[in-house]
Amino acid sequence: MDWSKVLIKDEFEVEEAAETEGRKLSYVAAVREALELAMTHDERVFVMGQGVDDPSGMFGITLDLHRKYGEERVFDTPLSENALTGVAVGAALSGMRPFYMHNRPDFLLLAMDQIVNHAVKWSYMFGGCTGVPVVIWACVGRGWGGAAQHTQSLQGLFNHVPGLRLVMPTTPRDAKGLVLSSIIDNNPVVIMEHRWLFRQSGHVPEGIYTIPFGRGRIRRSGSDVTVVAVSYMVIETLLAAQELREQGIEVEVIDPRTLRPLDEEMILSSVRKTGRLVIADTGWKTGGVSAEIAALAAEKGFPYLKAPVKRVASLDIPTPASDVLEKKFYAGKDDVIAACREVLGKSAG
Amino acid sequence: MAFSRENKTLNYDAHLADISPEVLRKLYRTMLLVQKAELKVSDRYHEDEMKTPVHLCLGQEAVAAGVCLNLNPDDYVFSNHRGHGHYLAKGGDLKGMIAELYNRATGCSRGRGGSMHLVDISAGVPGTSSIVAGAVPIATGAALASRIRKDNRVSAAFFGDAAVEEGVIYESINFAMLKKLPVIYVCENNFYSVFTPLHKRQPDDAIYRRFEGLGIPGFRVDGNNVLQVYRVAGKAIEHARKGNGPSFLECRTYRVKDHHGSASGVEVGYRTQEEVDEFKENCPVENFAGFLRKRGVMSPNELEEIGLAVEREVDDAFRFARESPFPAETEVGEHLYFQGWV
Repeated sequence: MDWSKVLIKDEFEVEEAAETEGRKLSYVAAVREALELAMTHDERVFVMGQGVDDPSGMFGITLDLHRKYGEERVFDTPLSENALTGVAVGAALSGMRPFYMHNRPDFLLLAMDQIVNHAVKWSYMFGGCTGVPVVIWACVGRGWGGAAQHTQSLQGLFNHVPGLRLVMPTTPRDAKGLVLSSIIDNNPVVIMEHRWLFRQSGHVPEGIYTIPFGRGRIRRSGSDVTVVAVSYMVIETLLAAQELREQGIEVEVIDPRTLRPLDEEMILSSVRKTGRLVIADTGWKTGGVSAEIAALAAEKGFPYLKAPVKRVASLDIPTPASDVLEKKFYAGKDDVIAACREVLGKSAG
Repeated sequence: MAFSRENKTLNYDAHLADISPEVLRKLYRTMLLVQKAELKVSDRYHEDEMKTPVHLCLGQEAVAAGVCLNLNPDDYVFSNHRGHGHYLAKGGDLKGMIAELYNRATGCSRGRGGSMHLVDISAGVPGTSSIVAGAVPIATGAALASRIRKDNRVSAAFFGDAAVEEGVIYESINFAMLKKLPVIYVCENNFYSVFTPLHKRQPDDAIYRRFEGLGIPGFRVDGNNVLQVYRVAGKAIEHARKGNGPSFLECRTYRVKDHHGSASGVEVGYRTQEEVDEFKENCPVENFAGFLRKRGVMSPNELEEIGLAVEREVDDAFRFARESPFPAETEVGEHLYFQGWV
């Protein structure tokens, strides 16, 4: 059974007036196009990962790319996540640009030594003599009983580590641009996609373009409350914002796109305008990305705040398998609505 | 006896073959440089000016020299916390290394790395890792780059006997064998991990056979015999360069100093003075000097001259380091992100 068809009920689009350039592409096609452009234009780029040349081709992203670019540039790997991350690091140090793909971020935990002790420290530890232009890509799973070890949103762990760039795109346009930015960058980048974003389609410009790290997007403007939403939570927040408008509440939705570096200026200037901040994250609450953004508001945006910051996140427990429990575990549109109403001092409604 | 450390007289004649006098002199000079640099670090360590945990390789000089003299300048060496010897033998900058030990801005890692993180890109040392076995997959990745680019470079990974207790080395060799990568894995078996002897950590001491199941050729050599190391490593490197895949070398040796610092380890009681003395007698540098003299490859005068020259080089490096400025405090955040190759 194809998970994606079962899981993802609705197709959705996050479009803005300014982003109608280019053709409409699916999310998967946009990421695929980024890899094709990178490999065509830069012979140092290669793609590795378990199953990248198999008949499912990493959700279709890498399907048949090994035929086009050769088996030395698109190749399957043994599972050995830690060694293979080290292999990517070594190849990057030797002038290559590896793009290492994983089905799930959960598997990155096996590679933490090479990511945290090696890849992200190499430039600093050696006084900037050399660098590790490696991209590690993984896709957060959700639903259909995936349970505790195939659904984790581990951005909070990676966000803690200096030297790493942490990218979580939401739209096909951003996914393509940020994949290209990550490959072009001279430093280690972790890209964390979300499986539920893959049925999206949107306008994607042709050719090579990049999106700067640390530059967010305002997905919807509003004056009453700022919601900083991460990855798939952008979708839930936009749905919440539609309903809240009917209740007379205007929500400003910020998609930071990269968590490290974070677009602090965009978040703070929005909070200055609205005076209220809600953070919606796909990860856990304790010590996570939402905690970091809340700390930013406390340290640098306190004078603007008219109400305490509110966080919307997954429960602090492993993901349960049963769909009854899963619904309780994940935060969604209704939690965002409740949080926005709360910071505005309104009843649950 | 499973864990014997044979202390046989070093038999150079058996491994001399057709090694040229020029190479013999180079092997000696390289070992001497490593030895004299390490001795000077050891002698001055108590001054507490080198604020970095030094892991000296005195007693292990032959492995670094014997392997690295088979490598081309653009081949890669990846090393570990005990990496001074590998770095110098591959042609790493001595002044940059000593300045790094003195925490100076002129250090090879600009004062960010210390003793355990040495780098010299132009010498083919892209970095060393102090996580045990940490650089093993990275060396494997450099070999993968060589394979993809077809530039014929060989990569060498140096690590100690405890590294084979880490899972990542199995993962790395599995991949290197799968892809027939041009890499050699060089295990310096000095029989200790910090204070813990080998027999408390591994079921037997046949490290060279540990990865037999993956099909990798494994060799055991006397790691104090520079000619045997040179010859066997040379074959393994040639095998790799011809596209025939990786090899594994177990070089049995001994570290004369403690795990870290300039003491011998006898005072804390994990090994005896007799054991240390026995292996001091087996010194790879002095014994080789005796062999060169006896064979007439180098006269006593030449040996003395080379000794003085190397000493001057080491003294110059220490002077350079101690006269160098410290990094500016204001630059503490620099180099977190690599700016790119020029």
